[in-house]
Amino acid sequence: MTTVIDRSVGHERQHATAPLPGPGYRLSHLDALEAESVHIFREVAGEFENPVLLFSGGKDSIVMLHLALKAFRPAAVPFGLLHVDTGHNFPEVLEYRDRVVAAHGLRLHVASVQDYIDRGVLRERPDGTRNPLQTLPLTEKIQSQRFDAVFGGGRRDEEKARAKERVFSLRDEFGGWDPRRQRPELWNLYNGRHAPGEHVRVFPLSNWTELDVWQYIAREEIELPSLYFAHRRKVFRRAGMWLTAGGWGGPRAGEAVEARRVRYRTVGDMSCTGAVDSDADTVEKVIAEIAASRLTERGATRADDKLSEAAMEDRKREGYF
Amino acid sequence: MTATMTTTTAPVDTLRFATAGSVDDGKSTLVGRLLHDSKSVLTDQLEAVEHASRNRGQDAPDLALLTDGLRAEREQGITIDVAYRYFATTSRRFILADTPGHVQYTRNMVTGASTAELTVILVDARNGVVEQTRRHAVIAALLRVPHVVLAVNKMDLVDYRESVFAAIAEEFGTFANRLGIPGIASVPVSALAGDNVVESSARMDWYGGPTLLEHLQAVPVGSDAAALGTRFPVQYVIRPRTAEHPDYRGYAGRLASGALRVGDRVTVLPAGLTTTVVGLDLLGEPVEEAWAPQSLTVSLADDIDVSRGDLIVTGAVPEPVRDIEATVTHLDERPLRVGDHVLLKHTTRTVRAIVKDVPYLLDVSTLERRERPEALRANEIGHLVLRTAEPLALDSYAANRSTGSFLLIDPADGTTRTAGMVGEAFSPAAKEPLRGVLT
Repeated sequence: MTTVIDRSVGHERQHATAPLPGPGYRLSHLDALEAESVHIFREVAGEFENPVLLFSGGKDSIVMLHLALKAFRPAAVPFGLLHVDTGHNFPEVLEYRDRVVAAHGLRLHVASVQDYIDRGVLRERPDGTRNPLQTLPLTEKIQSQRFDAVFGGGRRDEEKARAKERVFSLRDEFGGWDPRRQRPELWNLYNGRHAPGEHVRVFPLSNWTELDVWQYIAREEIELPSLYFAHRRKVFRRAGMWLTAGGWGGPRAGEAVEARRVRYRTVGDMSCTGAVDSDADTVEKVIAEIAASRLTERGATRADDKLSEAAMEDRKREGYF
Repeated sequence: MTATMTTTTAPVDTLRFATAGSVDDGKSTLVGRLLHDSKSVLTDQLEAVEHASRNRGQDAPDLALLTDGLRAEREQGITIDVAYRYFATTSRRFILADTPGHVQYTRNMVTGASTAELTVILVDARNGVVEQTRRHAVIAALLRVPHVVLAVNKMDLVDYRESVFAAIAEEFGTFANRLGIPGIASVPVSALAGDNVVESSARMDWYGGPTLLEHLQAVPVGSDAAALGTRFPVQYVIRPRTAEHPDYRGYAGRLASGALRVGDRVTVLPAGLTTTVVGLDLLGEPVEEAWAPQSLTVSLADDIDVSRGDLIVTGAVPEPVRDIEATVTHLDERPLRVGDHVLLKHTTRTVRAIVKDVPYLLDVSTLERRERPEALRANEIGHLVLRTAEPLALDSYAANRSTGSFLLIDPADGTTRTAGMVGEAFSPAAKEPLRGVLT
């Protein structure tokens, strides 16, 4: 494994500047995506007072951070990270988060779901899942810290409601998203103006697909938490997914634990993030598996997106990503 | 080459394209068919569609459901917003701006077309070229989308007759010529049956051309941005002020057009100062040359005052101006009137401006002018005269889609009110009213 970001100077990346075959100057699709994302980061840095990057320790937020580091080199990233801690995080992910923060001298803000439960503001759901509980800690942290731009790793290819999301998405003081109130977004002119109390969610990976993210991780040699690669783990079956046994509420009576070789395709709350059977223990093998896979990322691994046909749309209206 | 080569067979490029057509033309089905037949639909998405179709009592999976995302749309059976879709073949990635075709959603079509290198205009073979088709063509011409494809859909409902297709293609071609749209490709398709979308149609052997997807794969992309004059809007000034980089001062931005090389003489606008490029930094890596649309950081020889909103150019220098004439699409529910105060956002520069005059509106289906309208309403297209508080270095939209475009923003609440294109909308050939062609 390499470090999160290759800091060596003169790191040779011939492919970044080698024109594709054919007439004139062209860019490969990964270079074009990278250029576009960097442009978005710099727009926000130039137009907002107090941005923050939502960092979950999942691959999309790791790629976002990598792009942000590149966008401002050789200076430091001019904003901090915000982690919404559900209290059910995988230990590998928290360890990774802390290591990255230390390596790059970043400021970390944490919004804790557990705090809200302990204070009685939020109640545990009967199914034990905490993903839907993230909204209030997130929006209150945005208000109290007066963040005016919040970078999220959402991609338009993830889910039907997200296909209509803007790169700059205006939110009211409750974090709410009204599809009819979103501003038209033309050319690459992003309008970040907002009233006090409002903020803008910004999605630098809007035009990336899952495969793009993985290919970029391979090309840039970006380190990921180990659970993205095949490993042996004690899991049990619930709602058609392999879940990790743990203090969060599993397994229940009648759910048998077994050791299997699995990997995670997304990293979220332990209670609703499922692993898939896999022998892919390198980035290349993961990409080969994804390219051959006939299941979308969320369909295979996120219980909470299956709640209803319009689940994501409803949650976005409430301020969830 | 590097590790990339283990994961893809060759570098692929990207085509951004838009669709225009109404729900009655079968647009959602066409897009669904494109995704389905190009194997871009995954198992669980297809299962969800099959399930929803069965619930509605339909006997075949309704491919339109693959793309109709929001609850309000599913209830009304219409599409209310621009949706972006992603699919790929071995040689190319596609970003599709899927835009609704209803008259009141002109602004969505303009939005989708603004980033597109190609537009697919859909017509129903039974109805041929209708007012809405002309509207779509006008918008494609206005936004200067480089390539236009006419997809004549529902050929199954006209017995796959060549004569029907040929008549529609000819009528549309004549109209598009008047608008100055170069080379139209026309494809006869049946999205429902799958003819000529991805797979060639056995039922239309009289058509020898490429399927819609074959055409999308073959059209040249990313062609001209690097060949135009160099335009580099400064987004952000990078000054680390660290022990390692005490004096580093780099101007970060994305090349809107053209190329930059170390040693180039450049002019910084609007001030008009000239200096030399001494370094180019491609996201942490020094390079000798960079081109549009790369994001990079530029170091200059002289210690001149450069900040966000400045434009670095080479060669012929555009004259910064405060009086602007433009063709605009109004986007906001509140009409735009003479005397309105707005913010004008052009590249990375935002300045105050006043609407001085609205000389005329354009009828989008005949291109006739309506002189001196009282106001510009949502989804209307017209001509505008603006006066800005500070000078702007503009190109005409005809010359440069990136530095010839701007937004008008409400200073009070930040609403994006209007999308503007500097200069004249159409070539002189289209100036005559088009009614004569449309009978």
